[in-house]
Amino acid sequence: MSELLVVILGFAGGILAGLFGVGGGILFVPTLVLVLGLTQVHAEATSLLAILPTVLVGAWRQSRHGNVDWRTALLIGLGSVVGVEGGVQIAKALPEGTLRRLFAVFMLLVAASIAWRALRPESTYPSSDDRP
Amino acid sequence: MSVRLLAIGLVAGVFSALFGVGGGIIIVPLLVVAGLSGRTATGTSLAAITLTAAAGAIAYGFHGDLKPGAAALIGLPAVGGVLLGVELQQRLTSKMLTLGFALLLTAVGIRLLV
Repeated sequence: MSELLVVILGFAGGILAGLFGVGGGILFVPTLVLVLGLTQVHAEATSLLAILPTVLVGAWRQSRHGNVDWRTALLIGLGSVVGVEGGVQIAKALPEGTLRRLFAVFMLLVAASIAWRALRPESTYPSSDDRP
Repeated sequence: MSVRLLAIGLVAGVFSALFGVGGGIIIVPLLVVAGLSGRTATGTSLAAITLTAAAGAIAYGFHGDLKPGAAALIGLPAVGGVLLGVELQQRLTSKMLTLGFALLLTAVGIRLLV
């Protein structure tokens, strides 16, 4: 039963990724913690692996529409590879409860930013009626 | 410009690994500020995140923190979801849907806090 819930929430996380360009991770992590009972660190590690197929398919679809600037993507990707090790060290050094509460606050900030975007359709943030 | 992009990546990489997310929520607005159009920012962010997420998964993998079965259970249905989400983005002006997702994230965030 909890497996079915995970599949449904995984699907919902994918829709979120396609609609807003935020990776499904923001839904994957709490699902893995609350439904499957993973620790916060195990859930975050597993979420990064789980978003790989989604971002690969998403990037492929977007590149077919000419929406990928490959040089920019490569430079950001290379920079992030350096930053990732720092993030892993911080996550593993923090107590479990502290990391979980930090993640919850991050989630609330993301929710606020998405709501803000919905309520300000004239903003420069990406939407379906963006001009190229 | 190249230095600025590497710096954006560095910050996004720390956030990505710290919270187990792709980092698009950080990358997309910074690319828009850097002058990319919204659509290109979203597409470019997804391409960059493939490197970020792979690096993060490998780094955590060295510490033995990965659960591949759970990753498949949640990650494979998401591929279907992202295809649907991209279609919805073309067809809807989805203010209610967006606010619904914001509400869902708020509820789960509060559930994690208490």
